[in-house]
Formats: sequence, C-alpha cells, structure tokens
Amino acid sequence: MSLAAVVIVVVATVLIGAFGIRVSRTTSDFYVASRTVSPLWNASAIGGEYLSAASFLGVAGLILSYGVDMLWLPVGWTGGYLVLLVLVSAPLRRSGAYTLPDFAEARLESMVVRRSASVLVVLIGWLYLMPQFQSAGLVLRTITGAPVWAGGLLVAGVVVLNVLSGGMRSITFVQAFQYWLKLTALGVPLVFLLLAWNADGAPPLSAADTGHWLTPLGGPREYGVYSTYSLILATFLGTMGLPHVLVRFYTNPDGRAARRTTLVVLSLLGAFYLLPAVYGWLGRLYTPDLIRTDTVVLTLPARMIGGTLGDLLTALVTAGAFAAFLSTSSGLTVSVAGVIAQDLLKGGVRSFRIATLMAVAVPLALALWARALPVADVVGLAFAVAASSFCPLLVLGIWWRRLSTTGALAGLYCGGGLACLAVLVTITGGPYEGVLGALLAQPAAWTVPIAFLVMVVVSLSTPHRVPRSVATIMVRLHTPENLDLDRGDWRPRSS
Amino acid sequence: MSPESRHHRRVVVTSPRTSATRRPRYPATREIDEQTHLGEVYMRSLLRTQFRLAMFVCTVLFCVVCGLPLLFLLIPDLAEVHLLGVPLPWAVLAGLIYPAFVLGAWLYVRQAERNERHFADLVDRT
Repeated sequence: MSLAAVVIVVVATVLIGAFGIRVSRTTSDFYVASRTVSPLWNASAIGGEYLSAASFLGVAGLILSYGVDMLWLPVGWTGGYLVLLVLVSAPLRRSGAYTLPDFAEARLESMVVRRSASVLVVLIGWLYLMPQFQSAGLVLRTITGAPVWAGGLLVAGVVVLNVLSGGMRSITFVQAFQYWLKLTALGVPLVFLLLAWNADGAPPLSAADTGHWLTPLGGPREYGVYSTYSLILATFLGTMGLPHVLVRFYTNPDGRAARRTTLVVLSLLGAFYLLPAVYGWLGRLYTPDLIRTDTVVLTLPARMIGGTLGDLLTALVTAGAFAAFLSTSSGLTVSVAGVIAQDLLKGGVRSFRIATLMAVAVPLALALWARALPVADVVGLAFAVAASSFCPLLVLGIWWRRLSTTGALAGLYCGGGLACLAVLVTITGGPYEGVLGALLAQPAAWTVPIAFLVMVVVSLSTPHRVPRSVATIMVRLHTPENLDLDRGDWRPRSS
Repeated sequence: MSPESRHHRRVVVTSPRTSATRRPRYPATREIDEQTHLGEVYMRSLLRTQFRLAMFVCTVLFCVVCGLPLLFLLIPDLAEVHLLGVPLPWAVLAGLIYPAFVLGAWLYVRQAERNERHFADLVDRT
C-alpha cells in the first residue's frame, strides 16, 4: 500500500510537470503570477519547498536519538525566517534580484562577485540535495526492501524529468499544495497515534529517559553547549542564504507583500514543527531500538496501530515523505541549474538541460558514495555554509554603504571556504572526537564571525572599491515602491 | 532719538510683487534623486529608523534564543517544572516559542510599515 502511495505521488508529480509545459519557463511567469498570488499562497509555496526530508523525517529521528537539545533545529529553521524578515525580506524584493548572484551583481556591480556567489549557490544546493536523495533511498528500502540506491535514483530521475519539462517550479500553486499535503500527512497519523497511546494507558517514559533525554544539554553528545550555540547561529542566519528560498520572494508584488508573506511563512512553519517533536517523543516510547532513526516517522504507525489502519497511515506518511523529497529537490535543482546555466555555462535552453543533469548527478553520486549521516545533520551543514557566506553578504550589502567589492569577495571566500572545508572533512572522514570534531561538525560559531570580520575589515581598507552607484542602490533597496524615485536601471538577466 | 527716525516717510505701495513667481518648493524626491545633502539626510533617516527597528528585534531574539540554553544550564531544576504535564524546556522549545516568533514578526511588520508611511509622507509633501 505504501508503494502505491509512492507511485501515486510520483505519477502526479510527473503529470503536473508534463502539463506545466504550457506554462512558460522564463522569469516572466513570475511577473504574471505576482499579480494574482496572495501572501497566503505564496507563503504556502515557500513552506512547501522549504520543508524537506530533514524536516519531515530527520528532526523526529534526531529528537528520538538525542532528546531535547535537537528541538533547536526546528526552532532555528523557523526563527531563521524572523531574522530574514527583519533584515532582508523587503529590501531583497525591492532589489529586483531573482537569485543570490543577481543580488551580488546588483549591489556590487561586479561580475567576479557574481561568479563567486554562483559557485557558492551550487555548492550549497548540492549539499542540500545529497541528503534528500539519501533519505529517499532509506524510505524506499524501509517500505519495499529495495536497495538504498534505488530510492535516490527514482527521486533524481523524476526531478530531472520534471525540471526539464518545465513544470513544477513555475507553478506556485503546486508548491503551495505540497505544504498542505505534508502538514496533513504528518498531522492526521499523529492524531491516531496519540489516541493509540492514550488507549495504551498513556505510558510515561522509562526512568532512564527522564534523566538526560528530557534535560537540556544532558545528552550523550560531547561539547553540547558549543554545539547547541553553533547550531542556533547556523540555522538562524543560514535561512536567508538558501538559494531556493530566495527565488520565491520575487513572486511578491512589492516589498510590503514580501514582509507579509514572511510573516505567514513563520506561522505555517511554526504549525508544522509542532508535530516532529511529538513523533520523536512517541518514538522514544515505542521504537527506541531503531538503528537509522530517520525512519521513526514511517515506523510508528505500524508499530503502534498495525492492521489496515496502520498500513493506511504508513502509506499517508510515505506519500508525504516523497512529496517532501520531490518538492524540495525540484526547487533546489531549478535554482542550481539556473545558476550553472547562466553563470558557469553559456546560457540558453541547451545549457539549462546540461546544467540540470549536472545539478542532480553530482549530489546523487555523493549520496551513493558518502557515508550516510543523519539527514538533518547534513542539511544543518548546508545552513552553516549559507550562514558564513551569504548572510554577511546580504546583511552588510543591504545595511552598510561602505561594503566594497574586494571586501565582499574576501568575506565570501574566507567564510564560505572555511565552512565548506569543515563540511568536506566531516562528510568524508568524520565524525571526529574531541574539540576539533565539535568545531568541524558545527562550524558556524567560528566561520560566521570570521566572514563578517573579514568583510568589514577588508571593506574599510579598500574604500576606493565601494561601488559608485551605492546611493541609488540604497534608494532602490529601502524606499517604498509607491514613491517616484530614481532607482537605477539594473534588471536581472532573464534566463 | 532724532526726529527723522520717529517720523518715517510713509510710502504708498503701488506695485506689490504679486506677479513675481514664487520659487517652487523643491520636491524631496528630487533632492533624493539628485543626491543632494538634503536628499542624503532623508535617506539616512529612513535607513537609521529601519535599521534600529531591525536591530531591536534581533537583540530581543538573541537574548531569548541564547539565554534559554544558558538558563537551562545554570538552573537545571527548570526541567523539573511542569507545564500541563510537559517539562518546561520541552513546553518552551516545542511549542511556546513558535507563537512568540509570530507575535514578534507581526509587531515588526506593523512598525516597519508605519516607518515607511512616515517616510513617504515626509518625502511626498510638496
């Protein structure tokens, strides 16, 4: 039955993609959509694309393993939107930038900065895609016993098919629907699980668990305080640097709508993230023996309820999980492929096709080859890279006139480079023991301050490299659109 | 006092300068477009207001988010406090913090839009 659910989700996605051919793939359909899409729909679309396998499966698994400290992950993934709201959302929409490299080019008038930003977008995208494919393999193995590579290959294939046919991404309503599907797929089974728990006599946690599992910073992880703070920093500051989130802001008609959309996104994510914690806690009660804890959400219905109802609920959760893989992967793939095609290849439809294959093939190979870390951990690393590269670029670019081209470049290279290095070491060889291991597994606490510091110091020492049109750009970023002002004539290059 | 200053000659005004054009007030939007000093002042005031607001929200957020682990670390007994049967750290991190985020975001959006209206009123008044 679960297999049927997967097939239904996959077929529906492909069909929607096929019908999407009629909708044009250029940025202009975002313009068209922007006149009709309300903040609620737009926010649902952001939520649908944002809630990945890490949110749907990974969080509950990590909570099951490590307890209360892992609650910071969903808190940070939601709170990141609050930081994004106050520092970035309206100015970013007003900049007219369609991607992060666009913003870099508009603000700093430099193709070198643009290219560097493109490379970082691709790296972050790959890092985010890899665990999506790994989890797909895990889920398919859990429900059918298929080998681990099969699920990843299936999702990758559907995503390529879908992106190349031009659907999915351009249709805000499909992504919006994905949010509500995921909320239902996680929420409805939870009601039944809680009823079953109640019928079971509402058993409490075992005596051992009431100790370190329930208490903050009491878990088995070393250097818990450092890791917690580093995780908080990475998630709160990394959200604004994720490539697939940013593009959606373009669909808002103006800066004011962008703010309101972000407010709704916060509410939707807050509602969703109430659920995984309960799954983690039920998992601690009923399935403490799981080895790959990422599967806890899929395992619980069968364990606690069983029978036909259990099968039905498992099918529903599985459908939600596949919706999560497909929507996040599609969004990321389009963002990454767009950047590869435009900035690293020659541009045009042919380049976009090659770029799509590159965007999917590399993370798929990584997923098969790299060790399987918990999905939420790897996604956390993607956030760390984004927080130590794009966060300083956006925040300083929007609020600080004296940011120079050289400063921005130096900050991107230092922060992004160091974070990428830490990630590479952790994924290929880790996890390491001791202080060094903790520093590498959660790099944000040191890479983010370094990135900010380098960007500021180098900018201050190269004042002649501050772009000349900075005053016009500031007018463009900060003034409400209804005022008749000179905002410069920069436009993003349409793909 | 001399008698001259006491008895000013009274003059009949024959031609008030009604026909002379008054210098039109320069619209503030043009001051901004031409990047005059006044225009700079307008822009800086907008940026400063919005940045202060943003920094205020970020500071509160920072205190809450970074204070919580510290609080749990320093006062371990908080884990014994139960809220509707749920230990306090769980109640805060898995539930209460989300409505708090939304409330903070709503207050921010309201104030930011108000700041922008003030700026528009200031600049658009001709």
